[in-house]
Amino acid sequence: MTESAIGKRVLRKEDQRFITGKGQYTDDINIRGQAYAYFVRSPVAHAKIDSVSTAAAQNSPGVIAVLTGADLAGDGLGTLPCGWMIHSKDGSEMKQPPHPIMAATHVNYAGEPVAIVVAESYLAAKNAAEMVEVDYGELPAVVDLAKAQEAPEIYEEVPRNTCYEWELGDKEATDKAFAAADHVTRITIRNNRLIPNAIEPRAAIADYNAGTDELTLYTTSQNPHLTRLIFTAFIQIAPEHKLRVIAPDVGGGFGSKIFVYSEETACAWASKRLGVPVKWTAERSESFVADAHGRDHISDAELAMDKDGQFLGLRVHTRANMGAYLSTFASSVPTYLYGTLLAGQYKTPAIYVEVDALFTNTTPVDAYRGAGRPEATFLVERIVETAARELNMDPVELRRRNFIQPSDYPYQTPVALEYDTGDYEASLSKALEMADYAGFAKRKEEAASRGKLRGIGFSCYIEACGLAPSQVAGALGAGVGLFESGEVRVNPTGSVTVLTGSHSHGQGHETTFAQLVAGKLGIPVEDVEVVHGDTGKLDYGLGTYGSRSLAVGGSALSRAADKVIAKGKKIAAHMMNGDADNVDFEDGEFLLRDSNQKKTFGEVAFAAYVPFDYPLEELEPGLAEKAFYDPANFTYPAGTHICEVEVDPDTGVTEIVSFTAVDDFGNVINPMIVEGQVHGGIAQGLGQAMLENCAYDEFGQLQTGSYMDYCMPRADDLPSFNVGMTVTPCTHNPIGAKGCGEAGAIGSPPAFINAVTNALGIRDMDMPATPEKVWRAAQRRQG
Amino acid sequence: MSITVTLTVNGKQVTKTCEPQTTLVELLREGLGLTGTHIGCDTTQCGACTVHLDGKAVKSCTVLAAQADGGDVTTIEGIAAADGLHPMQAAFKACHGLQCGFCTPGMIMAAIDLVQRTPNLDERGIREGLEGNICRCTGYHNIVRAVTQAAAEMSK
Repeated sequence: MTESAIGKRVLRKEDQRFITGKGQYTDDINIRGQAYAYFVRSPVAHAKIDSVSTAAAQNSPGVIAVLTGADLAGDGLGTLPCGWMIHSKDGSEMKQPPHPIMAATHVNYAGEPVAIVVAESYLAAKNAAEMVEVDYGELPAVVDLAKAQEAPEIYEEVPRNTCYEWELGDKEATDKAFAAADHVTRITIRNNRLIPNAIEPRAAIADYNAGTDELTLYTTSQNPHLTRLIFTAFIQIAPEHKLRVIAPDVGGGFGSKIFVYSEETACAWASKRLGVPVKWTAERSESFVADAHGRDHISDAELAMDKDGQFLGLRVHTRANMGAYLSTFASSVPTYLYGTLLAGQYKTPAIYVEVDALFTNTTPVDAYRGAGRPEATFLVERIVETAARELNMDPVELRRRNFIQPSDYPYQTPVALEYDTGDYEASLSKALEMADYAGFAKRKEEAASRGKLRGIGFSCYIEACGLAPSQVAGALGAGVGLFESGEVRVNPTGSVTVLTGSHSHGQGHETTFAQLVAGKLGIPVEDVEVVHGDTGKLDYGLGTYGSRSLAVGGSALSRAADKVIAKGKKIAAHMMNGDADNVDFEDGEFLLRDSNQKKTFGEVAFAAYVPFDYPLEELEPGLAEKAFYDPANFTYPAGTHICEVEVDPDTGVTEIVSFTAVDDFGNVINPMIVEGQVHGGIAQGLGQAMLENCAYDEFGQLQTGSYMDYCMPRADDLPSFNVGMTVTPCTHNPIGAKGCGEAGAIGSPPAFINAVTNALGIRDMDMPATPEKVWRAAQRRQG
Repeated sequence: MSITVTLTVNGKQVTKTCEPQTTLVELLREGLGLTGTHIGCDTTQCGACTVHLDGKAVKSCTVLAAQADGGDVTTIEGIAAADGLHPMQAAFKACHGLQCGFCTPGMIMAAIDLVQRTPNLDERGIREGLEGNICRCTGYHNIVRAVTQAAAEMSK
């Protein structure tokens, strides 16, 4: 008998290749005869292209071709689509100006690709790119989100630079709640713009084979099937069955590698047009301007309460920056991934949110770790904390008073979602204990004796994960179904190959999914190999984002494993001359009830492929089963994060002295991996709150275009984290799992800002709370 | 104009022709096929390209291949003993000190150097010592644990 691996801290199967330098990332792959691409990018944020002269570059040594946006248009290629249709409150469709693969007539952000140079070496391509002459007729750039609606229009067909004006919730009921309120708390907050910065830059190698008419693209993608679908259905580069997209080892994604971008697309097209493999790897400075950015909201929010602090209504108006074009899923982020989350963990009876999505002459903005949910959580947890301070209530008590209670599930929020389960008090009280809230006053006093200001901040977040139910997504405007595929293929000698449409780019699926399947089949984890990231091997799948892999992809595998067991029972029954209904499967053995007969998993696997005496009419040979899993609902991970800081008022330096996270992810397959996801998420959230900021000047030039200027969290900026868990299993998927990838980035920013403002005794502090801002606030406070 | 450089890489002497502006990391990755050393930025900030040159950790994206001429280079491919893993590699695995793995080779090379030149490392020392290597996945929590564990092992 093999002890089940489910729930165990199994060390990762994928680590051996990564720690020995044997990983294979896209840039590590080389194809004989490959050419190298370099992109000519717009140096200005907004201009009309008056002319492009490629002659000098074309004649530069080693250059194979210089191709422009006009060449693309000449080949009849489509534009980059946005996959989610949002309707404005007046019923009109969102405005979707064409997003060219390379600009032909206008450039709309600094860094936008204008031409691709393909040459025999990277250096030759880069040198020749300098020789491409583009005349730009500069136009005024729209940069400031707050003034975008009053600024000159970027697109004739987009009045007031407004993509859509969306609403959710009951306006009338919310207005009534405010009319009846004893107290209203108001805040205006900015959710700062971020640059994802996966440490592996984006890369692609496209290889067109004229003999077979097949195009293979190796690329840094979180969802290779989506790339293939869009390449075929929207851009029409090649038919789907002649396209193979492979995402090998991918060095982090955080959302930024979901999208279909210009560069990978141009490489695929160029390979086909030129008949050579074309390789491109982004330089980091390209990543800063060419990877979709994240967040960037300005919101006004009001919370209505009665005299006891019972929430009556929440009213929100948000302006969301889309950048210059709609990236692949941009429109869904500030709507269905944001407005729907504004209930948080609270029983607020009336909520109304309006979101204006606006175009600016900046890099497109799309989903970044958390995508909409961090923005919602920051708003809710900042306004709740502010309300507690205004009411002179303990912020913990105010939250408790308004929690949705375990007896309320399933709980229908006023903003479309139905929470299936949770226990917010359980995670809050565990976090309070782990963070020693009771001892805070004493620690604050002790810190004061050293001249330090100590503060504590809370965040009780909820998120909607397992992005899936096709029916729901479709009704809300999604352009693709959101299920997942999985296959459990049993080999004749009893080892198992698992194929999944989910994609791992750091999440450890090769281990977690192996544990899941091994656990179900009662075999050792080492006997299970997970295959992912290759459209040539897998069924159509949707990839990894929105903390969906285990809840959706894992559930598909769980179902497929059930089917394997069911088929195995039939085979075992045949082997033991019994009836399949009388066969039980336990711990890797098929047992014939009321007998002493049994067959091991390995014996059944072998028999499946040696059907010498099968009743072939009733029993097919083979033991491999598939499932496509489409869940009934989102999952709702939730938890409490508590941040404790010490501010030095003389320097403005804020030290995070402790950070506690207690999360409810439902059932957990590998706690070690889950904790790792939480650590990384917290670091990203604290990066946003404390260090990171994407800044443009008034001309639309990126001011934070390198690691010299964009402050990434480093080891010495952060503490070790106290991480704990509570469990309420998800009620509607076979694993009971909810998803853990984004929680850290969602929960941590408000906890940090609540702590800093608490330490300083101030109402507000914009993210990132840099030492300069903190110092100024400390001086004002003392002054 | 090409130049010729001769250096020892992972204990083996190699002679290669390259351009004068070729960086050490380019020589390693493209000239020698040692793709375990990664390139994550172009300003010597991220540390993904960290290797050892004459026993010291360097960021190989800002060392010219010409500067390494005659030098002794060790990359992630060259640190394991014949019978298994270097204690730092083993500790990264045991402590879940990596996720996507892209920063990992540079992080391991930097950490080995840090431990070798710093006696009695504590958590603060490890965090400050790894300041030149960016990881976007782990939040550094388990990297710090891994380096602590490896430091103890390496001092035995």
